[in-house]
Amino acid sequence: MILLEAKNLTLGYEGQVVTRNINFRVEEGDYLCITGDNGAGKSTLVKAILSLHSPLSGSLDFNIERNSIGYLPQSSHVDSSFPTNVGEVVLSGNVSRLGGKRFFYTREERMRSLDNLEKMGVLDLRRKSFQTLSGGQRQRVLLARALTAASRVLLLDEPAAGLDVHTSSELYSLIDSLNHNGMTIIMVTHDIHPALNSATRILHLGQSIFFASRDEFFSSPVGKKYLEEAGHHD
Amino acid sequence: MIEMFSYAFIQRAFITGLLVSLCSALLGVSLVLRRYSMIGDGLSHVGFGALAAASVLSVSPMALTLPVVVVAAVLLLRLNEKSRIGGDSAVALIASSSLAIGVVLISYVKGTNTDINNFLFGSLLAVGKGDCVLSVVLSLIVIVSYILLYPRLYAVTFDPVFARSAGVKADRYTTLLAVLAAVTITLGMRMLGSLLISALIIFPCLSAMRVMESYKAVTIYSAVQSVVCFIIGFLASYALGTPSGASIVIVHLIAFLLALAAGYLKDRGFLRH
Repeated sequence: MILLEAKNLTLGYEGQVVTRNINFRVEEGDYLCITGDNGAGKSTLVKAILSLHSPLSGSLDFNIERNSIGYLPQSSHVDSSFPTNVGEVVLSGNVSRLGGKRFFYTREERMRSLDNLEKMGVLDLRRKSFQTLSGGQRQRVLLARALTAASRVLLLDEPAAGLDVHTSSELYSLIDSLNHNGMTIIMVTHDIHPALNSATRILHLGQSIFFASRDEFFSSPVGKKYLEEAGHHD
Repeated sequence: MIEMFSYAFIQRAFITGLLVSLCSALLGVSLVLRRYSMIGDGLSHVGFGALAAASVLSVSPMALTLPVVVVAAVLLLRLNEKSRIGGDSAVALIASSSLAIGVVLISYVKGTNTDINNFLFGSLLAVGKGDCVLSVVLSLIVIVSYILLYPRLYAVTFDPVFARSAGVKADRYTTLLAVLAAVTITLGMRMLGSLLISALIIFPCLSAMRVMESYKAVTIYSAVQSVVCFIIGFLASYALGTPSGASIVIVHLIAFLLALAAGYLKDRGFLRH
């Protein structure tokens, strides 16, 4: 089942085109990696998927509730000196469920956020101050919040940026296991490892826009160049 | 000390002060954490200008000040959103201009300094019956909206981009915050004056952040500190014959220093349970 489909999507600001003619689709259970250089339009595409940015032309069709995508922002977006604890952060993942109808969270929603903390292996941190967490713990907590918000799709923006090799590979295997359990993953990444190891499809933004399955991508000239630049040689 | 409460004007001052303290502490948490605390300061100066104009034109001070400050609040927040640095300077620009216009208006037309003094430093004991009722109603509106919207306000304050991605109309809540802040500042100006009102917004939150770790605890601590400091300051000003606004601010300063010390001890590993 196709959850999200972009046709001839052109994105930009006030007539200034950032990237044009993107075509891709996301099917249920996919693991899509969006790669590309800085300035290639990855962040703009993320905003478009979150409906925070309207395309200049083309279409982006959703087969899911638009605000049911669980979003993990780049870590630099989140103010790490904000006085809050882990439980509160994850609970706020339910905010889309309030809709326009309710003022407060229900018991089920509270349980849901705790479940997700447990899934991410950080339930014991729930009363801890968010400021005192390590980078890896912080990403797990924010991932739990994204899960709380998500019903079927997670949109992860550079989830492992700034993490050491060990912590990021742990985070990637956590994301893999979510994908194996049926969660559709859309991940923007500079890191070649998830693209190489886990992705089912790749969308590469840049001079030439390329959307293909992982194997097709890495055997194409664009994919080979990308591999080479990342320091991978066969 | 009990007998002071037999005077109607003291009762009015006490009730108004208590509610306004509570409102400003609640909103202060959102304003400080979204880095809008300077806007509070700016708005109070705009309020001064508006009060001066009301006094010169002999219209009801609230009727003129409230809409002017609300409009200024929405404009200042918009400016601040567009660019951080530009917004900051714009606040200072608007604040000092309003202050200057207010001072010149009053001294030129009225030729007296009493009003200036009252507007700058507050005149809690001069709160009339109409103003008291208005303050109570507006404060209750602020408090009830804050409590009902607490989960959404938290989401928007902590991570506006995430909140928007979850379908929360973040801009709408920012505007609401601006309007509630404007109402609170206008009410608080009668009590503490335009020079001191920002203390009521900033001190409780900053103190709470030194000692509390969750957002809810910070909010509750701020509210409690604000109410307790108001009561102590109010009683002390009566007993010592000092101006009420300044006395309340000094009690807040002491509470802040205590919180600073407690926070320092906590970081050093004392006070661990």
